[in-house]
Amino acid sequence: MSLQAVDPAALALPEARAEGPATLRGRRLPWIPVGIVAVFALVAVLAPLLSPADPYEQSLRNRFRPPVWEARGSWAHPLGTDRLGRDMLTRIMYGARVSLAVGLLAVFLAGAVGAAVGLAAGYYGGRVDAALMRVTDATLSFPVILLALILAVTVGPSFLNVVIAISVILWARYARVIRGEVLSLMERDFIAQARIAGAGAWRIITRHLAPNTLNTILVLVTLQVGYVIIVEAALSFLGAGIPPPTPAWGSMIAEGRDFVTSAWWVSFLPGLAILLVVLAFNLLGDWLRDTLDPKLRQL
Amino acid sequence: MTSAVVDVQDLSTHIVSRWGTVKAVDGVSFAVAAGETLGLVGESGSGKSMTCLSLVRLVPRPVARIVAGRVRLDGEDLLAKSEAEMRWIRGRKVAMILQDPMSSLNPVFSIGMQVREPVAMYHRLRGRALGARAAELLGAVRIPSPAARLRNFPHQLSGGMRQRVVGAMAIAAPPRLLIADEPTTSLDLTIQAQYLGLLKELQERHRLAMIFVTHDLGVVARVCDRVAVMYGGRIVEIGPVRRIFTAPAHPYTRALLEAIPRLGARREQLTAIEGQPPDLAALPAGCAFAPRCGQALERCRREAPPETAVGAGHATRCWLHGP
Amino acid sequence: MLRFVAVRLLQSVVTLALLSLVVFVLARTTGDPLHMILPMSATEEDYANARRYLGLDRPYVEQYLSFVGRAVTGDFGTSIRARRPVSELLRERLPNSLRLALFAMAVSLAMAFPLGVLAAVNKGTGVDRSAQIIAILGQSLPSFWIAIVLVEFVAGRWQWLPAGGIGGLSSYVLPGFTLGWFVVAGLMRLLRSGMLEVLDSEYVKLARLKGVAEVRVVWVHALKNALIPVVTFAGIYFSILVTTAIVVETVFAWPGLGRLAYDGITSRDFPVIQAVVLTTAAIVAVVNLGVDVLYAVIDPRIRYAR
Repeated sequence: MSLQAVDPAALALPEARAEGPATLRGRRLPWIPVGIVAVFALVAVLAPLLSPADPYEQSLRNRFRPPVWEARGSWAHPLGTDRLGRDMLTRIMYGARVSLAVGLLAVFLAGAVGAAVGLAAGYYGGRVDAALMRVTDATLSFPVILLALILAVTVGPSFLNVVIAISVILWARYARVIRGEVLSLMERDFIAQARIAGAGAWRIITRHLAPNTLNTILVLVTLQVGYVIIVEAALSFLGAGIPPPTPAWGSMIAEGRDFVTSAWWVSFLPGLAILLVVLAFNLLGDWLRDTLDPKLRQL
Repeated sequence: MTSAVVDVQDLSTHIVSRWGTVKAVDGVSFAVAAGETLGLVGESGSGKSMTCLSLVRLVPRPVARIVAGRVRLDGEDLLAKSEAEMRWIRGRKVAMILQDPMSSLNPVFSIGMQVREPVAMYHRLRGRALGARAAELLGAVRIPSPAARLRNFPHQLSGGMRQRVVGAMAIAAPPRLLIADEPTTSLDLTIQAQYLGLLKELQERHRLAMIFVTHDLGVVARVCDRVAVMYGGRIVEIGPVRRIFTAPAHPYTRALLEAIPRLGARREQLTAIEGQPPDLAALPAGCAFAPRCGQALERCRREAPPETAVGAGHATRCWLHGP
Repeated sequence: MLRFVAVRLLQSVVTLALLSLVVFVLARTTGDPLHMILPMSATEEDYANARRYLGLDRPYVEQYLSFVGRAVTGDFGTSIRARRPVSELLRERLPNSLRLALFAMAVSLAMAFPLGVLAAVNKGTGVDRSAQIIAILGQSLPSFWIAIVLVEFVAGRWQWLPAGGIGGLSSYVLPGFTLGWFVVAGLMRLLRSGMLEVLDSEYVKLARLKGVAEVRVVWVHALKNALIPVVTFAGIYFSILVTTAIVVETVFAWPGLGRLAYDGITSRDFPVIQAVVLTTAAIVAVVNLGVDVLYAVIDPRIRYAR
């Protein structure tokens, strides 16, 4: 028997792929959700180039044309026309701009604010934490739609108001989760080491804490985009969102509400678009969460 | 010689995983009589725990499957029984104590509920009689103020206490066979000795056959009558404790014994076993220990040695002693 | 335990106070309600009179304090538009919203529990896959779209259920289902993941080793441990149900809080807006408190924590 370091009882079963900080590299992407999101994003950005018609152009002669696969349909309007003869395909494409813009903007805004609050609350603790959490709780109990309605009625409905209204409430959700993350990070040794080395609050927060919460933020953000898109659609549906005549999926559904039997496509197709986009984001978010941070299962 | 309570022959359990089929338990045979304690020793991954789970047919499905063998409990083959029959046998005839007391008890239910449950199941007691019996059990494992303890919750008890509660649940029937899977590994050293003493006491009182799984040879010396050494899913040596300790036959057993640092011996470097534990998904054709064995013959690498007797009740799988 | 409840109550009060301030400010900024009430021909003097009558000419701080003072006693003032005490309007509408929310919640729970548990127990099989599809669909479908489709087909074409308004049990079905759909999805997923984790634990293994029947292992030993996150979210979802019912109430012409809020906002009816938001917040606070108490009941570790 030669003399060597004792091999600690290592698991004899074949080694699984090394655990360790989970990275996106080398993971199989979920192609379908990514594809759907990519398509919609592309459509949103290039709508003016891709769309077959002008979304505002009315043609009373062409009212309520059904989609191409039905009897009276034609390729001139592949998805039919609405009450005012406007091309559905074009309007849906333009609607994507609104939905995605609101979705991404609101979520990143709320995410930034929420992360900042969460980081501060977790790092400073004590009274700062308590105060911030009171505000967060108060915000959490305020209904988003109500606030948006109030804003819409006060200042008038607009893209900016919708984004603001949603962000102002949404950040609270992130703040709570990030704070939790930070609290557990604070227990770890590398923070103590940074402190001993003389790092100040700003440095610790930006260099040590923030990067470690990025995973969580990314997952949350993705999971919430779908929710925001639905809220924006609901607001437009109620008339408190993006004002007409700008095409927005929610208001399109509202417009077609009375004709669901006769011209089903006017309400149905925008709803389908919402479903596809939100589904894609949710699936993507789930995948991200399972890959990066399974602890967030609860969300 | 008393007939064995449990008689295992050629037990094999395979785990199917992404990396291949792992022979977690490979042709394991042994027998334990009433009042006798068999130690099951080996490194992590040698198949000790999987063997125990296989005895009660609670291997993690669907990945793991018992593929061959016979497990006779008082003469009846457990592997041939239906799941319903097995459920009846678990707890009543065969009980098990797990390693980590912190996670063995359900955190949201009281101790009383968890101890009463098996008693109610096995003895059909209700109400006050049930409570009394549960308190009795706690007393039997030397828990102070047993009646009060029934109302406590697991998080209010120390590790040692919790392990006693688990012990109480195990002897509720009482069973014929008690399997203890590293029951003292997670306990403080001072508590360990007490707990081992308790197990011995329970064994004597109920004439239990006991299988004691551990990686600690010191505990084996104290508690076991016989010991089986496992390596790579196989039993490489089995025999009475005294013989194994004084005249180990298998090179692995010898290495394990030599690896124990002894007080008073000259201060040399720690002896250790060269090499790594085997990859169970890719076991070599011959003896699993051959790659690390200083005395390996050419034959050892080619053929897996069968079990050969080297003394009374003492057998080993090694070509050095082989036919 | 009592201390626990008391502390949480205090926190809720602080939260509500904060909220009342925000609400007050916001309501005041929604514009001058008088434009909506007084006729076009009203003169400056009419406006001044009206303002004085409604107390809108006093300094903001004074208005706020009197508002809070009366709100605490349940007096929310008079609806500018309806000329009736707001508390009366609340009393009419609130129960309707609550009933709908409770109905939706009950149905959702009844569906989510079996689905979630069965999905976990049968992980990987068809049951599990279907449950997961239902879940993700539930969280991706816009409720008002479903509502419209349902009204059209189930109520309109097939005439199985009423299209709107509040009536017997059958009138609860469509709006309740629309509201609760996404709750089922969320809770089911939570339950599934919670159960999967618990079913892997050592104490569940020990329960099986004791010979406990599998049914009991799953529904008694395992389930109670998986409940905690579910309870949290059930509480959150209930609050969401009450507060976002506005859309569903609109589609189904349900005379509830949501409709009241909507009408209040569009007609700039301050007292109504304030009252609705505060009531909503109070409901949320009460539900959160209830959830926290429920935690302590389920998990003894929280009850006896020191």
